[in-house]
Amino acid sequence: MERKVRILVAKPGLDGHDRGAKVVASALRDAGMEVIYTGLHQTAEMIVEAAVQEDVDIIGLSILSGAHMTLFPKVLELLRAKGVDDVLLVGGGIIPQSDVDELQKIGVARIFGPGSRTMEIAAYLKEWFKSSSRATA
Amino acid sequence: MEDMDKIKEAKKKWREKYEKSSPQRDALFQSISGEPVDMLYSPDDIEGMEYLRDLGFPGEYPFTRGVRDNMYRGRLWTMRQFSGFGTAMDSNRRYHFLLERGQTGLSVAFHMPTIMGYDSDHPRALGEVGRCGVAIDSLEDMEVLFDRIPLDKVSTSMTINAPAAILLAFYICVAEKQGVSSSKISGTIQNDILKEYIAQKSWIFPPGPSIRIITDIMSFCSEHVPTWNTISISGYHIREAGSTAAQELAFTLADGFAYVDAGIKAGLDVDRFAPRLSFFFNSHIDFFEEIAKYRAARRIWAREMKEKYGAKKKESLLLRFHTQTAGCSLTAQQPENNIVRTAYEALAAVLGGTQSLHTNSMDETLALPSEKAVQVALRTQQIIAFETGVPDTIDPLAGSFYVETMTNRIEKKAYEYFDRIERLGGVIKAIEKGFFQKEISDAAYRYQREIERKKRIIVGVNDYVVENESIEIPLLTIDPEVERVQVAGVKALRARRDSDLVKRRLEALRNAAIGTDNLMPLILEASRAYVTLGEMIDVLKTVFGEYKEIPIF
Repeated sequence: MERKVRILVAKPGLDGHDRGAKVVASALRDAGMEVIYTGLHQTAEMIVEAAVQEDVDIIGLSILSGAHMTLFPKVLELLRAKGVDDVLLVGGGIIPQSDVDELQKIGVARIFGPGSRTMEIAAYLKEWFKSSSRATA
Repeated sequence: MEDMDKIKEAKKKWREKYEKSSPQRDALFQSISGEPVDMLYSPDDIEGMEYLRDLGFPGEYPFTRGVRDNMYRGRLWTMRQFSGFGTAMDSNRRYHFLLERGQTGLSVAFHMPTIMGYDSDHPRALGEVGRCGVAIDSLEDMEVLFDRIPLDKVSTSMTINAPAAILLAFYICVAEKQGVSSSKISGTIQNDILKEYIAQKSWIFPPGPSIRIITDIMSFCSEHVPTWNTISISGYHIREAGSTAAQELAFTLADGFAYVDAGIKAGLDVDRFAPRLSFFFNSHIDFFEEIAKYRAARRIWAREMKEKYGAKKKESLLLRFHTQTAGCSLTAQQPENNIVRTAYEALAAVLGGTQSLHTNSMDETLALPSEKAVQVALRTQQIIAFETGVPDTIDPLAGSFYVETMTNRIEKKAYEYFDRIERLGGVIKAIEKGFFQKEISDAAYRYQREIERKKRIIVGVNDYVVENESIEIPLLTIDPEVERVQVAGVKALRARRDSDLVKRRLEALRNAAIGTDNLMPLILEASRAYVTLGEMIDVLKTVFGEYKEIPIF
């Protein structure tokens, strides 16, 4: 039997808007995933630390403050520094398309912007996991 | 009066006929909050209502129809667009633009570092400077923000909570420098910490010290800044976080009562501070539900202030409110549609008797408002004001069987929530138990499921979708240079200040925080010495500690 996919849903930076993160967290839990929600005001260090400690497969960052071009790269940098290269990084929030393109170039797999369906997010993540190295690890 | 029994009988017959022969659309027929909406409302739905007791006249108890006797016949609502981005200079430019376009009051949006008590050069401010609002680190920035804006002529609302005392002090100091006494300035600080723990989540200190700061502000203002609204007791953010209309109403009023309790406990006379409490509601897309909400809010507040708190002054009974149209109702898809949503929401707020209004810009799901978009938003208000005729008569929907039914219903729901909160031990205990937060996230999740199952249509998002659409409106971007300039500025300020004076001011503030002296005079003194916001907050943190939320979802 396949084990549950583990995801860390995180709110980096000073942004306090957690409605989306909580809705996604609840939906992913209902879709059978193991969800750890960090809560608000996390630094990139705290997020990566939690991700490693909890041995998650996926990290999802929710950023509505406009600070995404600082926070996503920082998380990626810290993951690389820790030698973590098999964890999927996704996100959501208020991120203009031009920045989405930039983020995908540097290693963010997908950005789920406003209007995204949680069922689609769940399907995407499960699909990724099936063919990821972590599934067979 | 017509015989109610005859009406009931006739309606029964009509309903039987319709249920047999007329089909219904496949729709929820529930308000956005889940309230069932009947096909028709008639006199029997408001049986037992008494005009004088339940509605009365505007400007008179129970104020259901409006807080002022002449409402918009006397003075239109204030057109007050929430605004701020980049540096103080960038925002000052936008404020002049808005005032020139006919806005009648200012409303300041601060960036996240200011909101959370950090200076722009703090490590936690990295990447955040000037992005969600204007960067204000010290009185110096505040002076630039209000350059050439006469503070004896323009009123200003500042959306700031945990550090509200500091921003109020900065504002008073700017007025001072303009030669305007604090007794002449008008405005509002949001300063509603309870809803931070519940919904907006921009807290710094734990509840106890936060309430102390608030009562210090209330006391200080009642003496020195008499035409200042010391709290904008808010439902907007509670609603944005996903609550229903009834939850927004109930949780906001419950917070309000908690502040009244706090003021009385701090030894203040209710009639001295209550007249300066104001409110801030959301105007969501479900048109009639919102209008009912505002009317019920006025009636409930007036009743409780009179009967529970024994307030004697008329001004203590008035629920005066600002409204913002619902950000969470807007879509990133086909953003031009947001102009329409905002227009209906603005109309609901006016029909509900708001004192002040902010209309969202069409592009706010994508970025902060561009000049073009905010102009349309302002024009939306002006068209309602001058072209629709709606403001020419007071509370025109009074007597509507539907609107009065909804008003009564939401009022009843609010009281049910008051009871639950009471049984949990009051607002602060309920916050500690995560009561509000769970209600809100449950409501948000329910709503999301409705949308994903297409039980509720959001035009452009789950129906009437345009595949691969391109966004063809200009979007505001924040230049990363803003951060560099702001950081350099605050560092330069620290270098050229009288650092001994700064040290003494911070020490005095710390001692006051440890004791029971009113903090406002100490914060004012520190502000005048160009102590930064971050420096003051850091000192207060050492005394008050920091709040930590237990995350639940």
